[in-house]
Amino acid sequence: MNLTPQTPPHPSGDKRFKLLDVAIKRHQFRQDALIELLHTAQELFGYLDQDVLIYVGRAVRAPLSRVYGVATFYNFFSMKPPGEHTCVVCMGTACYVKGAGQILQALEQEHGIKAGETTEDGTLSLVTARCLGACGLAPAVVFDGEVAGKIGVGATLERVRPWTAASARPAEVRP
Amino acid sequence: MSTEARREMQEAERARLEGKRCRVAVCAAAGCLSNGGQAVREAIARTVAEKKADDAVELFGTGCLGLCDAGPLVQVQADGETRLYEKVDPSTAARIAAEDAVGGEPAEDLLDAANAAFFAKQRKIVLESSGRVDPERIESCVAEGAYEALQKAVTEMTPQDVLHEITASGLRGRGGGGYPTGLKWSTVYKAKGTRKFVICNADEGDPGAFMDRSVLEGDPHRVLEGMAIAAFAVGADQGYVYVRGEYPLAVQRLKTAIKQAERAQFLGGRVLDTGFSFRVDIRIGAGAFVCGEETALIASIEGNRGTPRPRPPYPAMSGLWGHPTLINNVETFASVAPIIRNGGAWYSSIGTEKSKGTKVFALAGKIARTGLVEVPMGLTLREIIFDVGGGIPGGRAFKAAQTGGPSGGCIPAPHLDLPVDYESLASVGSIMGSGGLIVMDETSCMVDVAKYFMEFCRDESCGKCVPCRAGTVQMWGLLDKITRGEAARGDLERLEQLCDLLKSTSLCGLGQTAPNPVVSTLRHFRDEYLAHIDERRCPAGVCEIAPPAAGEVQP
Repeated sequence: MNLTPQTPPHPSGDKRFKLLDVAIKRHQFRQDALIELLHTAQELFGYLDQDVLIYVGRAVRAPLSRVYGVATFYNFFSMKPPGEHTCVVCMGTACYVKGAGQILQALEQEHGIKAGETTEDGTLSLVTARCLGACGLAPAVVFDGEVAGKIGVGATLERVRPWTAASARPAEVRP
Repeated sequence: MSTEARREMQEAERARLEGKRCRVAVCAAAGCLSNGGQAVREAIARTVAEKKADDAVELFGTGCLGLCDAGPLVQVQADGETRLYEKVDPSTAARIAAEDAVGGEPAEDLLDAANAAFFAKQRKIVLESSGRVDPERIESCVAEGAYEALQKAVTEMTPQDVLHEITASGLRGRGGGGYPTGLKWSTVYKAKGTRKFVICNADEGDPGAFMDRSVLEGDPHRVLEGMAIAAFAVGADQGYVYVRGEYPLAVQRLKTAIKQAERAQFLGGRVLDTGFSFRVDIRIGAGAFVCGEETALIASIEGNRGTPRPRPPYPAMSGLWGHPTLINNVETFASVAPIIRNGGAWYSSIGTEKSKGTKVFALAGKIARTGLVEVPMGLTLREIIFDVGGGIPGGRAFKAAQTGGPSGGCIPAPHLDLPVDYESLASVGSIMGSGGLIVMDETSCMVDVAKYFMEFCRDESCGKCVPCRAGTVQMWGLLDKITRGEAARGDLERLEQLCDLLKSTSLCGLGQTAPNPVVSTLRHFRDEYLAHIDERRCPAGVCEIAPPAAGEVQP
């Protein structure tokens, strides 16, 4: 039984690993807490890089193949760092029949990225949600955690434009 | 806490509320909150404080009040009357507080009498405490009767008595399958095992459905009470609530509720000073639709990839870590306490012959009053959509109602007078589903809708079995071809063959039911498919079909 395994602290000395340790201990190093721990890790680091996956895997004594398998199975976990700002378009049925598809298409065209991608300058991540469960507000778009309901294509583009505009100019100057 | 202490808590809270002249409930469900509900609540609190009326007015946040479309909502209860104010903003909130709550004079010009129809045909059992309790305060829930049924079960009844009442009630699984709840509980009760588990499936994955979220946010104690009664009946000592990661507010309210209930000894060791113990933990999903399938959900709770496994053995015999496990949906558990309180015979007097009780629906799409409704089984679709939901806005014509999400189907206008129950929905090629009801008007293209759901299933297929993994990709490809106007008649045949194949050979419900939206639209809207194929035209004007190139022969 692995009730009190000793895991060495992370060599980087990053304080976020200490917070992760607290969660690992709270779950008593149990393998069935793997998803919970990945949730915690993603909250702390913003995404799951290989280093974090190895760390969590060692702590609960799960092979890396399993940790990687779980992390890639669920939509919630991201292996890439998120952009500075995030725009989530709800693609639930209610939003879809009220034009969420057009909103997404317009965003994709204007910023040259597909859903699930981040712009090259790292300012904007475009994400789709299965359903926010806010169908009374359809179509709904989330701007950095703030839900906006009954929104149109134009209004959506206008809310996102300032995010990318700030860094767009220096990017153009670059050779 | 002893049973005596529970009664004292109930009486103390009731006495405290007696002293208030008026109760003001601000909708604190996610819909209204993201629409400015918090500012409304603060404005009311400020006005009440300015008028020094804190002793006379009870202000609290409450579960979904139903009319999500007209949020933020404020409900005022005074002198035996209940008034609902819609689309409240901070300035009208201040007026409502000053005139109605403090002054006792309803702000008539802010009230809309038209919405009385929304409530007229509803019957609230699962949602009975919305507008009455504050989900974040256990005292408020106990004052309205929470944990009374649990007390009755653990102190006055045997597990067999509980099973008998649930069986007599005729309650069927509200997750969509409609399996008799009493039978499922009895199977787990009879199963042999050193430990048993109870799981609440709150992985509400159907896009366009928000019933479970509303119930969890609005009355988490009712769900916990239902789980505890179930655990007592089947002999379980540990429970899990598996909640979607997309519902942070529901998770937070549930956490608070579990903590409060453990402190009050409604959960945890020695429940209500009896020998029965029951602990509940939360597991947060990570965005996988397939985890709504019970064996996949179990795999996910165990910390694995959420892939299903063949059944039998059913979870009732061998579930979580191989132990007998009872899995029910949120709404099913939320129906348990009223059944124990009022008896199975009372519940079975509501509804139709084979479908008893009430069903919560999330009305959305092209409908005048979007929101959460609870109606007795057997009401017709027409009554739900036109009387309760207010019909189609903008003078457009009704085209179809979609029930059951990606596993369900579209019901066209000729079947509007169908009574809503498990059997009659199945007879027209749809399913009851968990309760999402999306209304579509003439501007929706049914081929596009079928493609939308197939895209969903394609992305959410877990990849374990080939028919689902490869079949959904092929079906989506054919549908895409049709919507681009590039398909021939043979493609339609291939599509139908694949429907049969997926239905009969997929491993779990996701793959088996993935063809349903295609099958049902082919059955009721075949002419639209043919218009795309033969005439290269989208009747609803949704699909972008390029005109045939010069010299090209029309197929």
